[in-house]
Amino acid sequence: MVTPTSTSLGFLAAAAFALVLISTPGAAQLAPGKPFPALAAEGLNGQVPELAGKVVVVDFWASWCAPCRSSFPAYSRIQRDFAGDGLVVVGVGVDETPQAFAVFVARLNPGFVTVHDSKHALVALVQVPTMPTSYVVDRTGKVRFVHAGFHGVDTERELRREIQALLAEGGSPK
Amino acid sequence: MRRLCTVLLLGTAMVICSLLESGCAGPVGRVRPWERAALADDVMNPDGDPLGAALSEHVYFSRTAASGGRGVGGSGCGCN
Repeated sequence: MVTPTSTSLGFLAAAAFALVLISTPGAAQLAPGKPFPALAAEGLNGQVPELAGKVVVVDFWASWCAPCRSSFPAYSRIQRDFAGDGLVVVGVGVDETPQAFAVFVARLNPGFVTVHDSKHALVALVQVPTMPTSYVVDRTGKVRFVHAGFHGVDTERELRREIQALLAEGGSPK
Repeated sequence: MRRLCTVLLLGTAMVICSLLESGCAGPVGRVRPWERAALADDVMNPDGDPLGAALSEHVYFSRTAASGGRGVGGSGCGCN
């Protein structure tokens, strides 16, 4: 015998379960204050430079992303201007094929290190909100600033200001 | 036992309805920002060939004697 009370309880329990199921978030986006995952441990294709004690800008890009294309010259300039002070720019390509990655890198010839996250291990771990997204990481490996998208000179100006502030925080470049 | 089955049945129905209502927009069904290579392709742009689209539209309304219905103004009176 199904009583009205038991039916109501069933509805309530099911509704609560459905609400929990739907509202369960995926992996959280990497926010300022959190440590950035170790690049060397994520199975990236390409040579990851020594990053200990450096200020690092990690930029996630893809060959099909137009703002990514326009961001490359800016990151090349930033790398060139701050390399001597202890800055490393790492471009993490998330193209699905090595060919797309290689053709894009060969065409733009960036002045910074590029690695390929072919299995999407790192980008899924970081949960970038949009393409491109760059993370400015301080000398201790902690994310300090996140830039979702690339907005030309405005983004470059902000990046330079943030990088200069982090470089001034101390610690000798290694 | 019958009561338990009823409750479970109702619960399952509720979950399915909730998932349908959400458009499967949960972590499984969503296209991630780094997975949009195919969506960013030129062929996915409906306005990728404006000249071709204009010609196609002209042929369409000339042949059918009706304009409109493809996002352009017109009542379909054939007075073109």
